[in-house]
Amino acid sequence: MARNVTTRHKITATVAAWIVALIIFFPILYTIITSIKTEPEAIAGFSLWPSGTFENYITVQTQRDYLKPFMNSVILSVGSTILALIIAIPSAWAMAFSPTKRTKDILMWMLSTKMMPAVAVLVPIYLLFRDFGLLDSRIGLTVMLTLINLPIVVWMLYTYFREIPGEILEASRMDGAGLWQEIVYVLTPMAVPGIASTLLLNIILAWNESFWTIRLSTTNAAPLTAFIASFSSPQGLFWAKLSAASTMAIAPILILGWFSQKQLVRGLTFGAVK
Amino acid sequence: MGSITLQKVSKVFGEAKVIPSIDLEINDGEFVVFVGPSGCGKSTLLRLIAGLEDVSGGQILIDGKDVTQAAPAERGLAMVFQSYALYPHMSVRNNIAFPLKMAKMEKSAIDKKVTDAARVLNLTDYLERRPSQLSGGQRQRVAIGRAIVREPSAFLFDEPLSNLDAALRGTMRLEISDLHHQLKTTMVYVTHDQVEAMTMADKIVVLNRGNIEQVGSPLELYKSPRNLFVAGFIGSPHMNFVDGAYAQSKNAKTAGIRPEHLNLSKDSGIWRGTVKVAEHLGADTFLHLDVEGIGQITARCDGEFGAYHGDTVYMTPDEAKLHRFDDKGLALKA
Repeated sequence: MARNVTTRHKITATVAAWIVALIIFFPILYTIITSIKTEPEAIAGFSLWPSGTFENYITVQTQRDYLKPFMNSVILSVGSTILALIIAIPSAWAMAFSPTKRTKDILMWMLSTKMMPAVAVLVPIYLLFRDFGLLDSRIGLTVMLTLINLPIVVWMLYTYFREIPGEILEASRMDGAGLWQEIVYVLTPMAVPGIASTLLLNIILAWNESFWTIRLSTTNAAPLTAFIASFSSPQGLFWAKLSAASTMAIAPILILGWFSQKQLVRGLTFGAVK
Repeated sequence: MGSITLQKVSKVFGEAKVIPSIDLEINDGEFVVFVGPSGCGKSTLLRLIAGLEDVSGGQILIDGKDVTQAAPAERGLAMVFQSYALYPHMSVRNNIAFPLKMAKMEKSAIDKKVTDAARVLNLTDYLERRPSQLSGGQRQRVAIGRAIVREPSAFLFDEPLSNLDAALRGTMRLEISDLHHQLKTTMVYVTHDQVEAMTMADKIVVLNRGNIEQVGSPLELYKSPRNLFVAGFIGSPHMNFVDGAYAQSKNAKTAGIRPEHLNLSKDSGIWRGTVKVAEHLGADTFLHLDVEGIGQITARCDGEFGAYHGDTVYMTPDEAKLHRFDDKGLALKA
């Protein structure tokens, strides 16, 4: 039975969607608002009307160098994502197209590592990093972020590749395509959307990862998450400056997310909605 | 040319012997249908011929040449898949051109061939569309187009019509038969639908549990099935099997009589039954009857016969058309 969609229904739905979206977005919005308040305004209590000053941004930039943690964030998120894809594409490929009876178990095992609280392995990881001289190094953190996100990357790619019908690959074989032509002309074009949305999601996850990045870095390799954290402790709480730092830290990823939202949604709901 | 010979071909998946050992000769230009219930190994057999699966034993010869170890592309065969298996990211034109591009044919020659194929298959107006913008029947025609441009020595069809609705299936059946008459190329066609098998085949291969039960023309299988399995599988509605006293009186373990070979009457006959369900198709009516001392019987009668649920109907089997089987299920000669 077709649903009776009236204008009133549409308005109600739109308003409801806006309310939900605003509630979800509100913490970020309030951070941005607070960042353009003065410090006394920021601690004065709840207010949505800032005086509109940009001095916090100037102070943050002069007190701490924004560019270095920003570059670290870029290097860590992009680097760990590329590394994860290099490992995950062949493994997801193998599991999707030549599954064995253990494939499901391996996938579950990989996912199960995400169920463990990170703090449970803090000490061994810290000692390993110390002994290998990886503390506060970009290489160390890149490897760490790769390992953390690898299960999710493998799972996403696996789900994607599973959706590519094997018959299409067989058809290309019948049509005279060799392994290389099969990969270039058939497989890759079909897998690109999946790889792209996995890449985007993983960059976002890596960008936002704070547990390990804060604990395993101090200055050299510290990304923007550590940059925010550094505003919260020693000098007491400066809400406005902290908000300005947070806004600067999340802005690049918000912009990336905004422009790639279609791709992301498609990636996350792939397989669920046909 | 396109003759295919299977010599003692077998296929084992792990522990399961899907195909114990098959010998089969497919002549050049023949339309051969592999038919059988699900899991009888018919698709596996086709994939072995295509080279998409490796044989576990035996040899496959195409035009007398041993291709057992050859890659799919080297066998000169074209395949049409159940899911059509079109390349979703390519236009219809590029889908059809793909095998020619793989063969490194010149662009002008490719264009000409694609245009010709599109004309034959009524796809000219759709060449720039993507497969997702086509209907099921059109997709199937693109898949066939992709197969014919290669001018293969044989076509392999893996249940190509099972994703289409009944009306379209009928039309496509005719189109494929027509194509076979035009091209005169060997076609090997897999289906579980015995109507497709009967209507299209020059030669039917009935498979069951990886074994060939019988090979023959549609009418040979209909008129003289070799055993109970073929007798029950070929023909619609299915043949009635009668055991016990009646069969013994005909010197058989089991007697088989097709629904269309029962003479029906409202007053007299050797069997008396009550109509459980009457399926009125218009020209014909199928009666499903409970027959005293015999069991369930299906009879086919003229649409004008006029029998309904609960009516009593008398039947007399046509003795000349009776099939007799021994205790091993093999047909007894008259």
